[in-house]
Parts: sequence; structure tokens; C-alpha cells
Amino acid sequence: MSEVADKVKKIVVEHLGVDEAKVTPEASFIDDLGADSLDTVELVMAFEEAFGVEIPEDAAEKITTVKDAIDYIEKQKAE
Amino acid sequence: MSADLFRLDGKTALVTGASGGIGAAIARTLHGLGATVMLSGTREAALTALAAELGERSHVQAADLADPKAAEALIVGAEAAMGKVDILVNNAGLTRDGLTLRMSDEAWAQVLDVDLAAPFRLSRAALKFMMRRRAGRIINIGSIVGSTGNPGQANYAAAKAGLIGLTKALAQEVASRNITINLVAPGFIETAMTGALTEEQRAALAGKIPLGRLGQPADVAAAVAYLASDAAGWVTGSVLHVNGGMAMI
Ligand SMILES: NC(=O)c1ccc[n+]([C@@H]2O[C@H](COP(=O)([O-])OP(=O)(O)OC[C@H]3O[C@@H](n4cnc5c(N)ncnc54)[C@H](OP(=O)(O)O)[C@@H]3O)[C@@H](O)[C@H]2O)c1
Repeated sequence: MSEVADKVKKIVVEHLGVDEAKVTPEASFIDDLGADSLDTVELVMAFEEAFGVEIPEDAAEKITTVKDAIDYIEKQKAE
Repeated sequence: MSADLFRLDGKTALVTGASGGIGAAIARTLHGLGATVMLSGTREAALTALAAELGERSHVQAADLADPKAAEALIVGAEAAMGKVDILVNNAGLTRDGLTLRMSDEAWAQVLDVDLAAPFRLSRAALKFMMRRRAGRIINIGSIVGSTGNPGQANYAAAKAGLIGLTKALAQEVASRNITINLVAPGFIETAMTGALTEEQRAALAGKIPLGRLGQPADVAAAVAYLASDAAGWVTGSVLHVNGGMAMI
């Protein structure tokens, strides 16, 4: 697993208080991990802080799964 | 019901406009109930004097809230100085009165900026921390004028009415995180601002108030203290009018 994926997973586990095993790439924050809309906003803010990237609102809306987050951050980092 | 419900021991509060009449009373009251307070305003000497009067559990950080960047810096500073901000009192405010026909864009913008945009920015910054702690209180100081309007105060009335909308929207956004947002709407309160009135003018004003006197800063502070306390744990998105009955709304 990439470093980004690792860190994203850790943030999700910490923030949502879910079991690490449940945080699969396909897991949806809201449907599978029990997040509400405020949680997703907080997660995006936590990602921004942890990775030093900016995630604009329209991009944030499309980040619904763990993989979405990893892909977006890796793409930002590569640029 | 125990009186302890109204105590604020171990709690921390940031009060903006603490150099003013009502803000100082709010700071004194919260401090008297046991809270640690951060006093903010632009006139540092007045803030330092109040901190000296209060003694321990008081901090000072000056900030010009007309500057959009000042809000976040103030919250970060208050969090650092006190370890947390449990209670945010958005009390700083100003007026630039004039009939609309003669009101400049600048007078409009300045009042909207300090009286409405600054509470929005301070709340946004404070909520980031409160959300993590799953606890917090924000108390906005509005005005009777925000509900009734007042000739010569189009900018101020609009800002204070806007603050009610902000209070209610925000209250719904963060209720699930055990954070309450309420507004205290004072009527006519005796402060330095109203000190310029003649005896006659004061009597005329008091005559319009069912309870027969002008309000004191402490009347407003008591309402704030209630909303900040555990006693008000189930109150959010509400407007508490403190106006001697001048407008029963
Ligand atoms: N007095 C009344 O009858 C009455 C009635 C209804 C509502 N209110 C509301 O109650 C609140 C307090 O009013 P007050 O009567 O105590 O008035 P005040 O004595 O004039 O105090 C106003 C406070 O706001 C602060 N302030 C103004 N502009 C600021 C800025 N750009 N940046 C930071 N702080 C700023 C002032 O700080 P500095 O002086 O240090 O700049 C001062 O501490 C206001 O929101 C007001 O609208 C008052």
C-alpha cells in the first residue's frame, strides 16, 4: 500500500472510530463507514491538513470512497 | 435544580468587544461564574485594565475584526492561550447611522463586515475546534433592531437580522456535535453610547419600556451566562430578547 493510502486509512479510522478492516478502498464514507455529511467535511479538512493540499468544494463532493480520497491526493501530490 | 448548573468552572470563553460596555459586563459575569476568559477588542489599554481587574483566569488578545484575517488568528490565539474555547461570545459591533438615501457604500460595508461577517468568520474558525471536542457554545449578540428595524440604521438592522439567520442555520449544521448557537437580542441598554442622552430623553425612552427602565449591561450578561451554562444544554437556534418588554416578539 502506498504511503498516501496508509495515511488516509489512518485518518479515517481515527476520525470515524471504525475498525481498520472495514476501511477498504471501495468503502463509502457514508454508506459503509457510518459517516454523516459533517464527518465528510471534517475528513476532507483533515486530509488537507495532513497532506498540505487544497481540496476545493467541487472536488470534495466527488470524494465519496476511501479510494476517491487516495486517488485525488496522489494526483495532487504528483502535480 | 442545582445552582451548579449555572456555574462555569473549568470552562473557557472568548468575548469580543470586551472593551465595550456590554462586552465588559459579559466578561465579568462569565469570569465571576468561574470561567477563564479571553478579552478581545481593538483598544488594548481598556482590555488590559479589565484583565487587571479580573485577575487570574483572564487573558487579552487585541484584534481588529474589520480585517478578514483577524478572526482565525484570534481563535487560534485563544485556543493556544486557554487550551480551548468552550464558549464564543460574538459581541463586538458598531453602528454607522444615517438615512439610507445618504448612506455610503462604505458605511454599509463596514457595519456588515464587523457586525455580521466577523461573527461568521469567528464561528467558522471556532467550530473547527469545537467539532473535534464534540462540545461548544456560540452566543451572538444581536439587537432588538434586527427584528423591528429602525430608521437611520438600515445597515445595522440588516447586519443584526442577518445574525439571526446565521445563528439558526449554524445551529442546525452543528447540533449533532453537541454545539449550540443562540442569539441574545438586547433592547435599549445604558452604556457609554447612551450616556450622552439628557435626563428628559432617558425618561421618554423609559416610558416606552413596559418594565419602566433602561437596560443595564448586566441584564444582557445574565442572559449570555444562562446560554453558556449547562442549564441551557437543550436550547439552540433561539433568540433571547432582553428588552424590558419594549418589543414582545
Ligand atoms: N448599547 C445598546 O443599547 C445595544 C443594544 C442592542 C445591541 N447592542 C449590541 O451589543 C454589542 C456591544 O455593544 P456596546 O453597547 O457594549 O457598545 P460599545 O461599548 O461601543 O462596544 C463595542 C465593542 O465592539 C468592539 N469593536 C468595534 N469595532 C471593532 C472592530 N473593528 N474590531 C474589534 N472590535 C470592535 C469595540 O472594541 P474597541 O472599542 O476596543 O474597538 C467594543 O469593545 C454590540 O454588538 C451592539 O450592537 C447594544
